[in-house]
Amino acid sequence: MMRTIRIGSGAGYSGDRIEPALELAEKGDLQYLVFECLGERTVALAQQARMKDPDGGYDPLLEERMRAVLPVCAAKGIKIVTNMGAANPEAAARKTAEIARSLGLSSLKIAAVVGDDVLDACKDGDLPIMEFDGTIKQLGNRLLSANAYLGAEPMAQALGEGADIVITGRASDPALFLAPMIHAFGWAMDDWNLLGQGTVAGHLLECAGQITGGYFADPGYKDVAGLARLGFPIGEVGEDGALVITKVAGSGGAVTAQTCKEQLLYEVHDPKRYLQPDVVADFSQVKVEEIAPDRVRVSGGRGTRRTETLKVSVGYVDSFIGEGQISYAGPGALARGRLALEIVRERLKLTGVAASELRFELIGVESLHGAEVSSHAAEPYEVRVRVAGRTESLREAIRIGNEVETLYTNGPAAGGGAWKSARDVVAVASVLLPRDLAKPQIRFVGA
Amino acid sequence: MKLRDIAHSRTGDKGNTSNISVIAYHEKHYPLLLEQVTSARVKAHFAGVVEGEVVRYELPDISALNFVMSAALGGGVTRSLALDAHGKSLSSALLDLDIEPASGDN
Repeated sequence: MMRTIRIGSGAGYSGDRIEPALELAEKGDLQYLVFECLGERTVALAQQARMKDPDGGYDPLLEERMRAVLPVCAAKGIKIVTNMGAANPEAAARKTAEIARSLGLSSLKIAAVVGDDVLDACKDGDLPIMEFDGTIKQLGNRLLSANAYLGAEPMAQALGEGADIVITGRASDPALFLAPMIHAFGWAMDDWNLLGQGTVAGHLLECAGQITGGYFADPGYKDVAGLARLGFPIGEVGEDGALVITKVAGSGGAVTAQTCKEQLLYEVHDPKRYLQPDVVADFSQVKVEEIAPDRVRVSGGRGTRRTETLKVSVGYVDSFIGEGQISYAGPGALARGRLALEIVRERLKLTGVAASELRFELIGVESLHGAEVSSHAAEPYEVRVRVAGRTESLREAIRIGNEVETLYTNGPAAGGGAWKSARDVVAVASVLLPRDLAKPQIRFVGA
Repeated sequence: MKLRDIAHSRTGDKGNTSNISVIAYHEKHYPLLLEQVTSARVKAHFAGVVEGEVVRYELPDISALNFVMSAALGGGVTRSLALDAHGKSLSSALLDLDIEPASGDN
């Protein structure tokens, strides 16, 4: 009989709901629970946190999530794989061990996967940046971090060495799911078609609620019941790569051919070449079939040989953003909103605010898609003025919000609810690193 | 009719590139998508939003198209001044596209 594992997806981003993960652990009949919590720029922000505190730099919700699921996962033998290590997987592993002990769970083996931090290798190579003209060295002291998207191999190895919990930093999101498959089934690391189909599974599961009805509902067209108690997904994966996506019976949401198709193409460019550290996955011949309520079979994922480079996320201090907002309502709201924008535009010139880029827009009218796309819409009852600008210093950024706030007493009639902010922008760019320059290692911590 | 009547859609983001899937509810409408939802039309529809090129990929097995739009996210998700820096709301704008029904369609 073909062996099958059930992998639950307990988080689709760092701030995600926690009860659905507990529901999966309790009722999902799982062998593995994966938490994907590390966004594109999160690791750069975490690196800043680690610079301030050498024991920090991991996911801020690590403790809350682990406290919620560890007792039931330990009781049922469900293994956990997560990238909540962020910029400091070893500290996250030590913290998890401490939590386990405090819960009276003393026999858990916790593994940290380190080695995604490739800042030194990137500096040595002075690699070119993919998104704009320039190199790593040209970022100078604005450079914060460089983390390679590691593949599934070190995580699978940690599971093979008996880890109950595997905590990584930067790793490819689908690889978090691929690792349990490689470990459970002994898939060869050059069986490109199996790795491609496993990547389909990981890709579908990694955003949690986005395949069970989240980011989907459109009343009257695509109705979804129970979004307030949305169930998170389970992938049933066979050793030959057979895949069924499902969820806990009775939980909110829905798993349908439609939700699976939308998620299959989410953040995908060329579907024939979905670049992963372990494989170049090919989604172009994937088939999706509803076989029972909330059970969808997904087949046909393929793959070709992996590339010789790893994608690296480079975090750097980009600029500052200043912003201000204020609202107008009732008859003439639109005209007063437009007048307010004109006043702020002129004020920023008159007072010489140094901004390299500015946006003037009305929320409720054109802020999301711009004036051209929005030109046919009817006049709204209320509008919200928004002015945002990019500056080289926090001091300049603050001046932008101030010029919106002063509309209270200097602008059009009846402006209310002004709000302002100024913040520094840590941005992310990418470079490609020869894969042998990233050297992942596994460090065990006992509970 | 509108594209929204025959297809659903989801937006994803990577850096300064946005991708939008357009998926026919029924496979019989896939030929309409192929014929009428072209890269050029999508590029024109997003005038003022998408500064780069629009490339279309076809997925006949799931009756879907995938549009990859470069220079579409105000300089990139992590640095954009836009309210919707990810461009997550773009799919809804695309579904407003007018579609000529095929003869005999209802």
